[in-house]
Amino acid sequence: MAARAVEHKVITVDNLVKSFPARGGAVRALDGVTLEVQAGAVCGVVGPSGSGKSTLARCIALLERPDSGAIRVDGTDLVTLDDARLRAARRQIGVVPQGDSLLRQRTAAGNVALPLETAGVDGPTRRRRVGELLDLVGLTDKAASYPDQLSGGQRQRIAVARALAASPSVLLADEPTSALDPETTGSVLTVLDRARAELGVTVVVVTHDMAVVRRICDDVAVLDGGRIVENGRLLDLVSDVDSRTANALLPALDQADGIPANHDRVADVVLVGFAAVGALLPEASNRFGVDLAVLGGGLTRLGETPVARFRLGLTGERADSALEWISEAGALVRRAQKGPQGVAA
Amino acid sequence: MKQTTPWSDVFDLLHPALGQTLYMVGVATLFATALGIPLGVLLHVSAPGGLRPVPVLHRILGTVVDFGRSLPFIVLIVLLQQVVTRPLIGTSIGPTAAIVPLAIGAVPFLGRLVQSALREVDANVVEAAVTTGATRARIVRSVLLGESAPALVSAVGVTAVTLVGFSAMAGVVGGEGLGDLAIRYGYQRYDDRVLWSTVIVLGALAMIIQLLFDVTSRLIDRRRRVTA
Repeated sequence: MAARAVEHKVITVDNLVKSFPARGGAVRALDGVTLEVQAGAVCGVVGPSGSGKSTLARCIALLERPDSGAIRVDGTDLVTLDDARLRAARRQIGVVPQGDSLLRQRTAAGNVALPLETAGVDGPTRRRRVGELLDLVGLTDKAASYPDQLSGGQRQRIAVARALAASPSVLLADEPTSALDPETTGSVLTVLDRARAELGVTVVVVTHDMAVVRRICDDVAVLDGGRIVENGRLLDLVSDVDSRTANALLPALDQADGIPANHDRVADVVLVGFAAVGALLPEASNRFGVDLAVLGGGLTRLGETPVARFRLGLTGERADSALEWISEAGALVRRAQKGPQGVAA
Repeated sequence: MKQTTPWSDVFDLLHPALGQTLYMVGVATLFATALGIPLGVLLHVSAPGGLRPVPVLHRILGTVVDFGRSLPFIVLIVLLQQVVTRPLIGTSIGPTAAIVPLAIGAVPFLGRLVQSALREVDANVVEAAVTTGATRARIVRSVLLGESAPALVSAVGVTAVTLVGFSAMAGVVGGEGLGDLAIRYGYQRYDDRVLWSTVIVLGALAMIIQLLFDVTSRLIDRRRRVTA
């Protein structure tokens, strides 16, 4: 992506704290969240329920004022703005809210037009822009339909089109797929991805659904207990076998029955990219005369990139050399375990 | 001393009375709508957690509204006669004068109906509009009023039908109309024929008004109706 080369940060969330009053004292929903999102990236914010995801989303959407900390979009701190400037700032952030949020008494086109009316865009320009957006989300033929005549996925795509209407630099989607089935989820994610690709908008997706992260995210931030516990490029995080991201996203390593005794070495490997997934293991096997058995794990896709995580059992004299070669050649990350024979080999 | 008006005269009695009732109810409904919808919006928006919470204003408005609704209409007529009606209309007698208490009596009633209609608008939808940077005025117009339009039409309809009932008491201040006719002929002259004819016309009027508003409300509603 050309835009990424600049490494320009669109959103910076700085030490955000937000607590809510509750019985027996305040609950700290956000406990010092710091997050940077690169321009043109799709960043997934994930975490278990109660981790503060929604609060973070609502703060970024400027629906909730944090107790302290800053949210900067294109360098402007939005937390401290007065009413009028806050409204202007809101146009910088397109929001796809959680749940159904369309005006039920307006057509799809009328819903998409709402932010343009707010921005004072004149009629002809408005209609042209609405047309473009409906085309972007693939619902040109539904322009005159009312929300109740649309499916859940179509309604969500209209909500995305509405969020994009005022040409924001950031698109924030709060659980955009939580009410949808897997197939419909795909259509909504495609639209988010297209928004990034065709409009260059930076996308922040708050979700509990790992399929969303797998499909469209470049970056991921894991939130737990109101703090970011992991943050970085998705492909970097999954290469760390111990990361929560890797464990959540990659095929599970079957650990149920323990490790079979007839291997000299057992290792967990993560392979990223076409070349690594396709060729690395057979080549290692040939080169070192080692038998490779897949004990667990499997193959998945992160965006366009195939990623595999396997637990391998290696049998042969040069098992250690083979593992070393794999780790060097394939830029692969491993966690070698001593085989049952241990030091003997 | 029982009298019976001949059928030919019943029509001549009903015709102007119906006109007066329609006049009083129609104009009173217009004024009540013009004042009741803003009142309902104010009640809704100023509530805690509303678009523009002003708890003090909300409490004061709520108290005034409930006080106004607790007043029997017949008392309201007398109460407003000297203070409002005469200064405003120039007289405190006749159909036009009766419109004043009718309209004012209906405002708090409609205000509460409007408030509860607005409460039915999904908070998600309102919040979505907030995130577009819309001003509060626009949110009230495009989202709150736009989304609750069918419910508002129904609320005005309910108010109009209620005003048909209230207008019967307008006879007290010479408002005439159907209710007054029923009381004068039915109660004071024991003329069952006029009494029942009036009752039937009043009932039909109420049903027609209700039907008109219901149909309008359904016509403008774009939500899917559940048929069971």
